[in-house]
Amino acid sequence: MNKGSSDSGERRAGEGFKRELTAVIPHLRAFARGLCGRPDMADDLVQETLLKAWAARERFEPGTSMRAWTFVILRNAYLTDMRRARFRGEYDEGLAERILTAPADQEDPIHLGDLHRALQTLPPERREALLLVGAGGFSYEEAAEICGCAVGTIKSRVGRARAALSAMIEEGKIPRRDISDVEAHRAILDELEQVSGAEGSTPAD
Amino acid sequence: MSEPKDFPEKVVSKAAPRKKGTRQGKPRSDAAAGKDAKPEWADGLKRLYDSVVDEPLPDAFRDLLSRLDDDQP
Repeated sequence: MNKGSSDSGERRAGEGFKRELTAVIPHLRAFARGLCGRPDMADDLVQETLLKAWAARERFEPGTSMRAWTFVILRNAYLTDMRRARFRGEYDEGLAERILTAPADQEDPIHLGDLHRALQTLPPERREALLLVGAGGFSYEEAAEICGCAVGTIKSRVGRARAALSAMIEEGKIPRRDISDVEAHRAILDELEQVSGAEGSTPAD
Repeated sequence: MSEPKDFPEKVVSKAAPRKKGTRQGKPRSDAAAGKDAKPEWADGLKRLYDSVVDEPLPDAFRDLLSRLDDDQP
């Protein structure tokens, strides 16, 4: 049978896809960690994303950005999980500690652990906008495509996120983790309610 | 307007064309940031992200990747 050659072609394509997918895992982990705060849940989210990406690999267009493509999958999985209230808005204590003990190149004006906690208090869509642009290095245009919204919307979300974080930092109102941040989580869920209400849909299972 | 989807329907972003010439190599610098006034902690956000990127990959991911192999038709 000459089916063998197309099989091996498929195999090669699968390998190429997998190589690219593997390369973006660290970025997926970083994005997920920023989104949901907790490292264990973030990694679960990344695994879920990898499986979905693999299942949908034929829809990936070679030559386009694997990172952007998988970020879309990850954020959608995150939003779905948030609606199921799997994430509790808890903080990544481990990360904060590792960063605090890591050799710092210079004196920090702010502890990164504080920054991480402050980030977690933002409504999810502002947090993700800021993560994409301010941490992931995406342009506003790319971030807008990932989030499926207008560029102006992304700019406004990033602006609001920055203003909120700046205010928190300047006023020294960084949430402490022992409050376990009921307030922040409630705010996030309220906001999410609005977002999902606006989308007028329920996520499919 | 859009429903949440598990997968992007179409190309999200072209990897290749990068006309503005601002993002080669280094992260966007002040010049590229243009009118956005970046707060002092902006660099911390990037370092927070990079600190996770630089972590060694947990075994769970290697396991998962190898399972994807078995999946291959």
